[in-house]
Amino acid sequence: MKRLQSLPRLRPTLGVVAVAAALVACGPSGGGGGEEEAGATIIQNKGSDTMVNVAQVWAEKYRAVAPDVEVEVSGGGSGVGLAALIRGAVDVANASRDMKPQEMEAAEKNTGKTPKEFTVGYDALAVYVHKDNPLNEIDLPTLAEIYVEGGTVTRWSQIGVTIPGVSDDTIVRVSRQSSSGTYEFFRDHVLQKRDFALGSRDLNGSKEVVELVSSTPTAIGYSGMGYATEHVKMLRLASEAGGESFEPSVENTNNRTYPLARSLHLYTLGEPEGALKAYIEWILSPAGQKVVEDSGYVPLATSESEPAPEPETEPTED
Amino acid sequence: MSRPWWAVLGEKLLEGVIRLSGVSAIIFVLSIFFFIFREAAPVLASEGFKLSQFLFSTEWYPTSAVNVRYGTLALTVGTASVTVLAMILAVPMGLGAAVYISEFCGPRVRETLKVVIELLSAIPSVVWGFIGLTVMSELITRYTGAPVGVNVLNGGIILALMSVPIIVSIGEDALKAVPDSYREAGLALGATRWQLVYRVLIPAARNGLLAAVLLGVGRAVGETMAVLMATGHAVHIPSGILDSVRTLTANIAAELGEAPAGSDHYRVLFLTGVLLFSITFVVNLSADLVIRGIRKK
Repeated sequence: MKRLQSLPRLRPTLGVVAVAAALVACGPSGGGGGEEEAGATIIQNKGSDTMVNVAQVWAEKYRAVAPDVEVEVSGGGSGVGLAALIRGAVDVANASRDMKPQEMEAAEKNTGKTPKEFTVGYDALAVYVHKDNPLNEIDLPTLAEIYVEGGTVTRWSQIGVTIPGVSDDTIVRVSRQSSSGTYEFFRDHVLQKRDFALGSRDLNGSKEVVELVSSTPTAIGYSGMGYATEHVKMLRLASEAGGESFEPSVENTNNRTYPLARSLHLYTLGEPEGALKAYIEWILSPAGQKVVEDSGYVPLATSESEPAPEPETEPTED
Repeated sequence: MSRPWWAVLGEKLLEGVIRLSGVSAIIFVLSIFFFIFREAAPVLASEGFKLSQFLFSTEWYPTSAVNVRYGTLALTVGTASVTVLAMILAVPMGLGAAVYISEFCGPRVRETLKVVIELLSAIPSVVWGFIGLTVMSELITRYTGAPVGVNVLNGGIILALMSVPIIVSIGEDALKAVPDSYREAGLALGATRWQLVYRVLIPAARNGLLAAVLLGVGRAVGETMAVLMATGHAVHIPSGILDSVRTLTANIAAELGEAPAGSDHYRVLFLTGVLLFSITFVVNLSADLVIRGIRKK
């Protein structure tokens, strides 16, 4: 058969395979280290999609305060930002959830520095439904039954809600991807660390969740309170069935009556120095906190924020 | 009269360079395969990872706090469903267009059509994803009554539109390569133009047409950005074409950024890459065997 005559070609073929394997064996493995920029004029900032708009406004406004410092902001989700911090590829990571102990350990092992946490504001995680949905409030156990793996609530009629104008009232669950801090916060605080049910539409960003809910009458989704539009409705939340429900607002976040109030964090590797330290102090000052408030989030209480030292000497009032 | 030594050396050198370029394609493909396999391999030996669960379970929970599970069956079904739907739409359209351009239209129309189809293939995939997310999802919710417009149908239509230019250009080349003597013989025997196409030209060009379809399938299976935005990104086996899915490619793109380098999650994502590679390899291999089978008859 003709095939057998190609056997003498075996040696050059093996040669090609060997070269390919050798190329891979002596190539670099894993991720390389990033740029350590503390003290230089470029600050790399990555992480939470919830905080990405606020972070961009901070970066823009800080240009006016310190023109020689440039802050580069990117999103990707809290998980992506913290993974980059662990690798040492960014200077400061934004997170809408707390850093996990195993992430802290990995950062120490990889970079030799302990991550330091700064709380820069608060947010209420709102539950959104379409504006024509007659539901106005929900309690956390029912919300968990909708989203959790093995949950029993799959149709709006099971909780006594009739959506006008639809024939199929299956609840369309809108969620976030697993790299999102919002996703983890929801899983920890509503689902009590149990897993989400498969089949939810897992979207990339906070804004996409609100957009999908606003165009789907049978949808329910969760996202930051700052992303609300007039095409969606935020539900009042009660911690227990039959308990008092609270709406997501600045006041209810500050006094912690809203059940899903969460802190927004910045993480750095070790104590920040130089330009990075000045930037974080500016964020914690009234100027930075005003940006937080204007973006729809909840700023730190005035006792927690201190005015940042101005670059030109100016007497500051504490 | 012999040639000067530098001419001989120059020619040998050039031959060597050309041979290296040809072989380098194979070297690069093999290197890529070894690289992803090397990144993925350690997880195969780790405890808590079962290959049967990876291939046949529909539960994908890589970041679970209580029960980590790596099951890619739902993702594989997602890739398969979107690709099959895209091919059902793209192959008749693409082959039909190829036949039209090659056999039935005049030279002016041919040039215009070829330019327009090249333009279609130049649209970046993220723009296609955006069209799927905004325009197509609106149309789908309005005309089919689906609850959500980002689903298998949306992804299938977008992928079909992306694969058609490839099928058309390669198919048209395959048809043009059939010698004119075939056409003349057919006409001499009294065949109509359509009979010529489907009884003489398509069988004669079938290797090239199959290659065109395969390349279209390859594009559909490997497409990431467009399906990430247009399919709804839901991990489950779809209940119909109006249901959302997640594909293997979109899953890797969405999760690789957050997986710490060297962790089990990271390695399982590379293993998913190996799976994708194998799927493409099996598809190409079986088509190759089919062609040889046809050739033998």
